[in-house]
Amino acid sequence: MRMSLLRYSKFQALSFVLLLTIFASGCSKKTPIAPPPPAAPVAGPSAPEAVGRPGRPVISEFIAEPSSVERDQSAILRWTVTGSSGVSIDHGVGTVAANGTHRLPPASVTTTYTLTATGPGGDATANATLTVTAPAPPPGPVERVSDGRTLESRVESELKDALFDYDSNNIRADARAALSTDAEALKRIFADFPRAIIIVEGHCDERGSAEYNLGLGDRRASAARDFLSQLGITSDRLKTVSYGKERPNCTEASEACWQQNRRAHFSVGQ
Amino acid sequence: MIKIDRLFVSIAGAVSLLGAGFLLGQTDIRTDVTSHGGKPALAVIDFRGSGASQSFMAAFNSTLFGDLQSSALFDMRPKSVFPLNNPQRPEDLRPTDGNQGLALPDWAGAPVNASHLVFGYTAEVNGELVLYGNVYDTRHADPGAAKLMYSRYAGTLNEAGAVHLAHQFADDIIKQFGGTGSLLGSRIYFVSDRGSTGGDIWVMDWDGNNQTQLTNQKAITTMPAISPDGSRLAFTSYASGTPKIVMLDTVTKRTVPFYNQEASLNSNVTFTPDGKSIYYSSTAAGGPAQIYFANLNGQGFRRVSHRDAIEVEPKINPQNPSLMLFVSGPGGQQIYQMTTDGVGVEKVTNGEGEASNPSWNQDGKSFLFSWTRGYAKGDWNVFLMDAGTRQYVQLTHSEGKNENPVWAPDGKHLVFASTRSGRSQIYSMLADGSDVKQLTTRGTNKSPVWGVK
Repeated sequence: MRMSLLRYSKFQALSFVLLLTIFASGCSKKTPIAPPPPAAPVAGPSAPEAVGRPGRPVISEFIAEPSSVERDQSAILRWTVTGSSGVSIDHGVGTVAANGTHRLPPASVTTTYTLTATGPGGDATANATLTVTAPAPPPGPVERVSDGRTLESRVESELKDALFDYDSNNIRADARAALSTDAEALKRIFADFPRAIIIVEGHCDERGSAEYNLGLGDRRASAARDFLSQLGITSDRLKTVSYGKERPNCTEASEACWQQNRRAHFSVGQ
Repeated sequence: MIKIDRLFVSIAGAVSLLGAGFLLGQTDIRTDVTSHGGKPALAVIDFRGSGASQSFMAAFNSTLFGDLQSSALFDMRPKSVFPLNNPQRPEDLRPTDGNQGLALPDWAGAPVNASHLVFGYTAEVNGELVLYGNVYDTRHADPGAAKLMYSRYAGTLNEAGAVHLAHQFADDIIKQFGGTGSLLGSRIYFVSDRGSTGGDIWVMDWDGNNQTQLTNQKAITTMPAISPDGSRLAFTSYASGTPKIVMLDTVTKRTVPFYNQEASLNSNVTFTPDGKSIYYSSTAAGGPAQIYFANLNGQGFRRVSHRDAIEVEPKINPQNPSLMLFVSGPGGQQIYQMTTDGVGVEKVTNGEGEASNPSWNQDGKSFLFSWTRGYAKGDWNVFLMDAGTRQYVQLTHSEGKNENPVWAPDGKHLVFASTRSGRSQIYSMLADGSDVKQLTTRGTNKSPVWGVK
């Protein structure tokens, strides 16, 4: 403007008069400057440029859906343009129709796409930004060591078997005492190993049939779990499995051995 | 079938007449099944082979004799009393031979006393083993009128081929004499730990040959069940951590999809007699294991009963598919019955000892089971019970633990597991407790089921 004013001096007077006129008319106003451009439509995250100017296309919408994805997920671009003779989007999308959507390839980095609409009165552009966030980290491995002792060794040394009578899942007095001690030990173990799952195994002696013992071992494991649950051990940390007579602890044919096998036993779950 | 009916007439008679005289009752039954009365008396001449086939004839002859004897249809005449000359071809026969053996009356009379003569030979023909087998009625002096069977069979020129030809020939002879439900082609599925510590399902021919590993679960694998047509094998596997049902196609040897209910335990599958659905035991309801019905793929399941006791081993009556036996408590495991709607629950065994492993005979009238009656807990023996009268006979007698008796397709044999030789092994025997054969020797073998193929 300065160049043109200097070069075209005959316009100087006219410009001065115009300036005075503006000043004179704006005297009473607080901001004696040019009015701000119209507010951008709220359709998209970026304000389309030069909306509503005669002869120029109108971009009423240009957005990424969703606007934020995790890495390697994909999103779509959606746009609506009127009054345009040609619409294109950068970053390899290319020429597109006036209204439409485009599925983007899986995203790796945050990208701002620019839509350019060409019209007889000039171009209009709009931006849409697809924000890529890092995926949530996977849960860490279950800690197996605390204070130098593994979860397995803690379970093996601190949790005692609950023993049962033949063909019974009643919690006897000695099993009650064992499970009460186990409940305190389980609280300590779960405090040290917050993600640990403990298996309550139900076992039987070799005398009943394998088929019936599968059902009986299940009753014993459930009875032990339920007893622990009453002592405040939440059931979702304990899983039950019946081994029937498939995994005896002792293989001699004697009551001492059979008693060892009629048990609820604890092991570490995966 | 006929034999079993007669067996039961005999059981009923023995029990009612003799009361507690059980040993005598069993003697009667054994006599009935194996006595000479009314049975064809077979003289089976040792077949010889020409050329390369001769080296396989020992296996052939023992298989032929064994199959015929195992059928319990025949009085097998001892070879020690046979005459000097043995015919090999029909042309060898003549009207009289002065008791030297080439005339049929030589076999009909003492000391052989055979009603039928089985003879023939094998030869190598174009690289194959060919069997020419004959059965003649010795009560006709004229060989033309005496001819009952003449059969020609071809197989591979090795011992397996010779054994197979013997099975085929024996099968045809059994059918000729009205035998039903041949064992030929039938197979026994069982659990063996010889290939893996948790055990896997193995399969063998009914005579113990061709033992092969069928599954590779790398976890405790047990309790097989075979569908009536032999096409599906269900078993219980710990591969996922808890006992779940796995369904296998026995032809492709691949697992097929099966939906396991969310439960700490899904196990004890049995197929319905039409082979279209299953019953099994599950803890899906949260309490003790209960019996459920389901489609072959595990879908469409429904709970059968609502009892506060462990329920396992559902077994559907082959002639009355709305009736099942199962094993349950309370107060110790006994065999119960109920309808497939879960009503009419009734204890079938009398409460003595512990009872398990029911296996219906195809006739729907009797079942085999394991029982500790008369012995200490865990000392199982195989028993046979008439489901109507509840009368029973004991088939094994405290030779180790004897468990999981299951009928063979012929309704005369059964297979079971026994610790009589130390570790558990699979045995077959006739339903009167005779003709006991040990079928496995390697590793520990248990939980047999007998499929038609």
